[in-house]
Amino acid sequence: MTVTENPGQPNAAAPTPPAIELIGISKAFGPVQANKDITMTVAKGAIHGIVGENGAGKSTLMSILYGFYKADSGRVKINGVETEITDSHAAIAAGIGMVHQHFMLVDTFTVLENVILGAEDGPMLKPSLAKARKELQRLANEYELDVDPDAIVGEISVGFQQRVEILKALYRQAEILILDEPTGVLTPAEADHLFRILKNLKEQGKTIVLITHKLREIMDVTDTVSVMRRGEMTATIETATTSPSKLAEAMVGRSVIMEVEKAPATVGETVMEIKNLVVKDGQGVERLKNISFSLKRGEVLGIAGVAGNGQTELLEVLGGIRPATSGEVIMKGDSIDLTIKANAQKRRHRGIGHVPEDRHARGLVMSFKTWENTALGYHNEPEFSKKFGMANQKAMLADAQGKMERFDIRPPNPQLVASSFSGGNQQKIVLAREIERNPEVLLIGQPTRGVDIGAIEFIHQQIVKLRDAGKAILLISVELDEIQALSDRILVMFDGIIQGERLPENTDKNELGLLMAGVDPEAEA
Amino acid sequence: MDFGSILQILDSAVRFSTPLLLACLAGLWSERSGIFDIGLEGKMLIGAFAAGAFSAIATMPVYDGGWGWQTGGMWVGMVAAIIASILLALIHGVASITLRGNQLISGVAINFFAAGITVLLGASWFRQGGDTPQLPAGGRFRPIELPLSETLSDVPVFGPIYQNLISGHNLIIYFGFFAVLATYWVLFRTRYGLRLRAVGENPGAVDTAGISVVKLRYSAIIITGILCGIAGAYLSLGTSAPGFGRDMTAGRGFIALAALIFAKWRPVPAMWACLLFGLLEAISTKYQSIDLGFMVLPGQFMQALPYVMTVVILAGFVGKAIPPKAGGEPYVKER
Repeated sequence: MTVTENPGQPNAAAPTPPAIELIGISKAFGPVQANKDITMTVAKGAIHGIVGENGAGKSTLMSILYGFYKADSGRVKINGVETEITDSHAAIAAGIGMVHQHFMLVDTFTVLENVILGAEDGPMLKPSLAKARKELQRLANEYELDVDPDAIVGEISVGFQQRVEILKALYRQAEILILDEPTGVLTPAEADHLFRILKNLKEQGKTIVLITHKLREIMDVTDTVSVMRRGEMTATIETATTSPSKLAEAMVGRSVIMEVEKAPATVGETVMEIKNLVVKDGQGVERLKNISFSLKRGEVLGIAGVAGNGQTELLEVLGGIRPATSGEVIMKGDSIDLTIKANAQKRRHRGIGHVPEDRHARGLVMSFKTWENTALGYHNEPEFSKKFGMANQKAMLADAQGKMERFDIRPPNPQLVASSFSGGNQQKIVLAREIERNPEVLLIGQPTRGVDIGAIEFIHQQIVKLRDAGKAILLISVELDEIQALSDRILVMFDGIIQGERLPENTDKNELGLLMAGVDPEAEA
Repeated sequence: MDFGSILQILDSAVRFSTPLLLACLAGLWSERSGIFDIGLEGKMLIGAFAAGAFSAIATMPVYDGGWGWQTGGMWVGMVAAIIASILLALIHGVASITLRGNQLISGVAINFFAAGITVLLGASWFRQGGDTPQLPAGGRFRPIELPLSETLSDVPVFGPIYQNLISGHNLIIYFGFFAVLATYWVLFRTRYGLRLRAVGENPGAVDTAGISVVKLRYSAIIITGILCGIAGAYLSLGTSAPGFGRDMTAGRGFIALAALIFAKWRPVPAMWACLLFGLLEAISTKYQSIDLGFMVLPGQFMQALPYVMTVVILAGFVGKAIPPKAGGEPYVKER
């Protein structure tokens, strides 16, 4: 289809130009390429979904469209007109409204004050407030968006706060509404109400962009969907022509087939038994819903799933950095502490090593030197201590030197700070620290995220070596290839439950993809 | 205690509370915008010095190197005080807004700088050990008699109150009370006030609404500078012993901060808090020691009272005071 654009002269016969056109958008934060040459078109009056895992670059892309960040390169067209969005002000002027994942509201203000902030009519508040009160009434009737205009925002529920955010955008005459992970903080009933509102808005001709990593939402409400993966837009499809499993596959990606040489596992007795584990987050939402499984000596148990389905919480509870709401974990006959009193050091003394998912935030102190990082968490052990609580720096340094040689960490200089290494070498520092303690159970989250191919191979070999030494390994990864290549047994998590268990030799990507999307292929068959 | 001495104490309470009130409102503007400011003391001090020094220069005879003004010298002092205080406020602004530094450290540095530079310049310019010369009548703010104060003085109760308590203060004192109302009005009735309060609570909300966080905060800091300058000018131009004396702020900037917390960052309660501190100071000045019948409170106790109160208030004995949520945190767009 060829569209001749002539924004100067509206022509009734010409098709409506798309509401949003992004052309070749790129954005890097330091060495991380958050968006790579992204081109996307959203038709006017459509609900367009953007799916992708955490860190795939969805939020960055939308923040560029909203003028919060400036793209390194690329162009934006709104309603067919090339528009330069330099800041949020320009975005608002172009008719774009955004509901941020973390609400941009002033808690101590009333709903009304929040709505007019930045969109006041004059230097005095009174007329603006009166006008907004009337307008809010109208919007409430039109879109099922009732909120008490005089309520203090900090005192209303998150569901209502989100409505305030939507009202803010509508009050500014937004024709395009971007919602970033809008259901993350909502109860299912609130989420359903939100989707009714969105469909309502669509009927009124508004264009909606919905960012999420929940496939069910995409299937339920969107007309078209784009998939992002590692900063790139991998596909844009009509929702009706796709399926959750296809989307899950596109999100996770079919990268190069990974092969890991390994002997068949010699599985021993159960080391860790997880029983009826329930975890609620700060908002009271259940992140883990009654999970049970066991972990055996000499096996790699892989946990697959789209990010955000409870894997992080599982890892953190077992690692001792997040308390469980209820449930039990038994290790070699004794139950381990799942209360708030638990900590990672006690876990390590029980023989549980932990390679956290986010090495920057949890695995390393980026401004510390390598020898400090390799001792971290074990710095109270006798071999690293001297009298009167002094640290034995010499021992730490010697230990770090050895680890760097054995794990081929380059450059092998223990005096360098962690942030000066590449992602792969940073990960090796964490792995060296945890693996060389010879734990009974090793918890590993996303071992190869942001790691180059060469290091991936090495890391995989180390994991297999530990398994062959008769240890139990719990591997959590969003990379399906990695799960398939390393695991001796695969559990698929979806929405806080274990959706299914498979043996790698008896399953394939399609089946796993369906499980990851919350569909049980056996039940459907 | 008779009616006359009560009026006298209240009258001096008003005088003592004025510099506190101006400094307290100054702090209110800054902290409501999310910039903590423990440098009120330093800005007041440099304001007091600039006021004393420039008023002295303006009124000094020409053969002494002055300008030889007979009247109006205090206005030169006032302008100099405001400019000097704004300059220090801008240093705090650059450190804490533009460079995103630590606001406490910047504030402390400003206090030290002011304490040092005032004595250094004072000693070098006037050779009186860091003090400035006594100011003549034309170099200071004189009491203003409000109309009818003589005529009404015979009316019982109201007459003396009007004549002694309401009338007979200088311009800065009246300005202080006007500033309370103005602050309240701007903060809660205008668009600028709404935005300013928002930026102190959630700068992200302001930024996404398309308003510049940086500009808003700088504007607040400049208002802080102006009010601190006037507070300082009052100390050297508006009291019965005019002229600058080294370290003459004597911790009033910190007492003003305590009053601000006491008042929970609201302008009208800030006025009452400052009047309370002023009253304590007035009592301690009037009564060297107080005989309670069974024991005598020594004068030192009375003098220490405002400071003791400050500690008590800051220690949180007056209920929970919730500061502006974004206070003290530099605004960085999240990665």
